[in-house]
Amino acid sequence: MNIVVCVKYVPDAQSDRTFSDDKTTDRAGVDGLLSELDEYAVEEALKLVEAGEGEVTVVTIGPDEAAEAVKKALQMGADKGVHISDDAIHGSDAVATSLLLAEAIKKIGQPDLILTGMGSTDGLMNIVPTMVAERLGLPAVTLVSSLEVNGSTVTGRRDGDTASETIEASLPALVSVTDQTNEPRYPSFKGIMAAKKKPVETWSLGDLGVDAGQVGLNNAWVQVESFEARPPREQGQVVTDEGDGGTKLAEFLSTHKFV
Amino acid sequence: MAEVLVLVDHTDGQVKKTTAELLTIAREIGTPSAVFVGSNVDAARPRLAQFGAEKVYVVDNPDVTGYLVAPLAEALATIAEQAQPAAILLPTTAHYKEAAGRLAIKLNSGVITDATGVEVADGAVNVLKQAFAASYTTRSKVTQGTPIITVKPNVTAPTAAQASATPVPVEVTVSDAAKGAKITETKPKEKSGRPELTEAAIVVSGGRGTSGDFSPVEALADTLGAAVGASRAAVDAGWYPHSNQVGQTGKQVSPQLYVAAGISGAIQHRAGMQTSKTIVAINKDEEAPIFELVDFGVVGDLFQVLPQATEAIKSAKNG
Repeated sequence: MNIVVCVKYVPDAQSDRTFSDDKTTDRAGVDGLLSELDEYAVEEALKLVEAGEGEVTVVTIGPDEAAEAVKKALQMGADKGVHISDDAIHGSDAVATSLLLAEAIKKIGQPDLILTGMGSTDGLMNIVPTMVAERLGLPAVTLVSSLEVNGSTVTGRRDGDTASETIEASLPALVSVTDQTNEPRYPSFKGIMAAKKKPVETWSLGDLGVDAGQVGLNNAWVQVESFEARPPREQGQVVTDEGDGGTKLAEFLSTHKFV
Repeated sequence: MAEVLVLVDHTDGQVKKTTAELLTIAREIGTPSAVFVGSNVDAARPRLAQFGAEKVYVVDNPDVTGYLVAPLAEALATIAEQAQPAAILLPTTAHYKEAAGRLAIKLNSGVITDATGVEVADGAVNVLKQAFAASYTTRSKVTQGTPIITVKPNVTAPTAAQASATPVPVEVTVSDAAKGAKITETKPKEKSGRPELTEAAIVVSGGRGTSGDFSPVEALADTLGAAVGASRAAVDAGWYPHSNQVGQTGKQVSPQLYVAAGISGAIQHRAGMQTSKTIVAINKDEEAPIFELVDFGVVGDLFQVLPQATEAIKSAKNG
């Protein structure tokens, strides 16, 4: 079974994330890394291939530094990488991102399974996976906390708010996994050394046959007009419990009409 | 005035509060038309009429409900082509966000998810949303096609404006391709009897500090009529279901009151709750970052503080 995993290089959520002057996510001023939520997709792909056969290809879109996301996935055990990089892509919205990923997956060669995380930790729109499936005409089994492949059928379990659902689709299909799916492995020393020899191709818009007029900030179908930092919250009263902490808490709630 | 489509969120015709909110917003943009998918539309119509829906497009077709979002997106695209709306509003849930994404591709339109505000000025629809763990608010707009916007709960107070809610049945033929992901089994979860986490006015959450015992958290929540949330640490430890997780990878909540018990306040958690109006925390560690956000905090043991508060509230109520 051949699997493509879509991954994203994102600004570290622990750092002070902000916007650039052009109102896009600042990707230069803060440290980046493979989006934590994508590690679950990489791990799931590795487990499926290890249990059978086939190979795992990871694909990312982003500036030069985004190669780090591919590298991390290769260190975890993925077989090869594709890095889509082109200055014209800067500032692309979800619609354009899904176009690039769909075209890249076609060029890689229709895999049996496309795996993604539940969203990226920077944008958190959580819609690119289904958009990719929509473009490729594939079923999407999304937000599953466990999955199984039997022959040409993929079955996932989605742990929803009101029900737990079992969802089934025929391969090829796209599956997005949540952070409840597995425990992503750390790259081993052997994995880190092996990754250096694994093939990574860098593709431009031309390689994908995508016109520059379909991507990038100026062609995005959503424009950010302005951004504003949330004013810091003023710290209120903090008391130390001396046997009456609960009573004081109840008084606060009562004074503010929550009781 | 152009129509504005509002996808109705309902359970067997019982319309949720978020739909009233969306209809209220839609009236700012144009004439609201509700889109009702499922059966029992008659139960829903009075409420849809009350909040200003002139039309109710009714899609009652088992092919739309037995699968994931692909058939729903096809149904919405069919209605949008017919109605040529000025905007399409959907509730912000994982399910409807995905429908919005598919719809955007079908209609060649821009899509904005997780709106925390919608402003209309000179016919332009500006959308507010939170970015980077709610440390920024952005204002953005769709510049291509029909604006498709998913709106979060509690962003506006619903106001009534009686309309006719005239039913318009819609025939939808679902393509075979859209039936690719089938729901083969549904196991309903036991109902807690508590309000829904993202819509609740009060949320009481527990974290690592509970050591797995959520009973004081639940007791306070029930006294306040609140929903119960959990930090990622508590969910990862298996102490509370993932569907109750508040944070970047769980639910983003914005209640009138948020009570964090035994939660340190890591960025992952703050991303899910720091837009709450009033924040209260109880934590043993006075250095816990959660205290930077609070309106009121107690440094102490939640197993002492919460039961005492619960009892005090109960006796105040009975008194």
